[in-house]
Amino acid sequence: MSDIEERVKKIVVEHLGVEEAKIQGDSKFIDDLGADSLDTVELVMAFEEEFGCEIPDDAAEKIVTLKDAVTYLTANSN
Amino acid sequence: MRRVVVTGLGTINPLGSNTLESWDSLINSKSGISKIIKFGVDNYPCKIAGSIDDSKIDDKIVSSRDQRKIDRFITLGLIAADEAINDSGFISKDESSFRYGVMVGSGIGGLDTIYKNSSILDNHGIRKISPFFIPSSLINLLSGHISIKYNLKGPNSSPVTACATGTHAIGDSFTIIKNNKADLMVCGGAEAAICPLGISGFSAARALCDTFNEYPEKGSRPWDKDRSGFVMGEGAGVLVLEEYEHARNRNAKIYGEVKGYGMSGDAFHITKPSEDGNGGFRAMEMALNESKLNAEDIGYVNAHGTSTPVGDMIELSAVEKLFGINKNLLMSSNKSAMGHLLGAAGAVEAVFSLKSLETKILPPTLNLDNPSTETSINLIPHVSISKKVTNIISNSFGFGGTNASLIFGH
Repeated sequence: MSDIEERVKKIVVEHLGVEEAKIQGDSKFIDDLGADSLDTVELVMAFEEEFGCEIPDDAAEKIVTLKDAVTYLTANSN
Repeated sequence: MRRVVVTGLGTINPLGSNTLESWDSLINSKSGISKIIKFGVDNYPCKIAGSIDDSKIDDKIVSSRDQRKIDRFITLGLIAADEAINDSGFISKDESSFRYGVMVGSGIGGLDTIYKNSSILDNHGIRKISPFFIPSSLINLLSGHISIKYNLKGPNSSPVTACATGTHAIGDSFTIIKNNKADLMVCGGAEAAICPLGISGFSAARALCDTFNEYPEKGSRPWDKDRSGFVMGEGAGVLVLEEYEHARNRNAKIYGEVKGYGMSGDAFHITKPSEDGNGGFRAMEMALNESKLNAEDIGYVNAHGTSTPVGDMIELSAVEKLFGINKNLLMSSNKSAMGHLLGAAGAVEAVFSLKSLETKILPPTLNLDNPSTETSINLIPHVSISKKVTNIISNSFGFGGTNASLIFGH
């Protein structure tokens, strides 16, 4: 597991209160991990904070799984 | 004519984390007032409050993760609602859920959340504002959360009438059931304004006690000559009100009946009550008229009694005027022990009024060492009294000149 994946997973565990073992790369935040639309906004804010980057709204809308987040942050974080 | 009874009680307040614990503290003359330690108060004229320790908040009822997404007043309200609903033994069924409603208000709502987000906006900009900011601080979101958690699809609202909120919520819910718009209402008030902005604001309005910082437990002293203002408290009170036949059909425990509800406006001043006590008098009179009881039938007044220099005397004179004929009247202020819970006060005091009916114990007015005026009414100084009373009136008055009274009876 990459360092970025590990950090993303930690944020998801903290914010959504799910067990780490239940999070798969293709787990959808809303459908599979019990988040609501406001939770996903907060998740993106937490990713921005952790990785020191700004995620524009159109990119944020496309981040629906752990894998999406890791892919985006690998390409765009400092 | 539909009758309305109380079938569930719930509270968390400075005297305890549930009804039994806080009632036990109250009737044993314990105080819930202490020094404020949550934030620095060195420069504050008032340094005391009735705070609830975080360890008293049961995260099995509201998880710590959920608590991050709601203001403290909603957390406290959810805890009191959970106790009241469990106590009532009532479970909402889908086919009748539209007959069960919620009306839990707050005087101020998410003040600390608003304060913190305002500071985040100024210092870090719009992208750092949480999506939960607005839903965590809006007052009616407490009623919303309760409805979602317990599947209550009937009337859903939240009164906001400052320190009269809890009493209005119960009275309005009583009216809703009486008028056949619901069979059951979860109702009351919640408040969590012991925060820098809350203490500052009430201090600026010269409303808080600032003369007992070294002796917190002595700060709240309704009708005593050394009182200097109210001591703020936090917490929540929730009642389950139910139509009488509905309660009987499911063999619910009945604590008492809501017999009358009165409300009025002073049309006088934004923070001071009308000097002749006319507003409070008319609220009590309206409740008495609806109950079809006489002044002699009321055994005890659960007073608003905030420990402010002006308000206490005005309430006392209004009570004397309406109930003067009643030579056995007793009256006390729960705020002497727990402080003033603002929008939750009337609801917690309703919980205690029903405990008085149930246990035949009338709680004391703490710190009433030297009453500032003579009265024929027994104000129950220092220690509780064992006495059976059949009917109790409970008063709440709020900033803006809003008044509400409820009569509970056997």
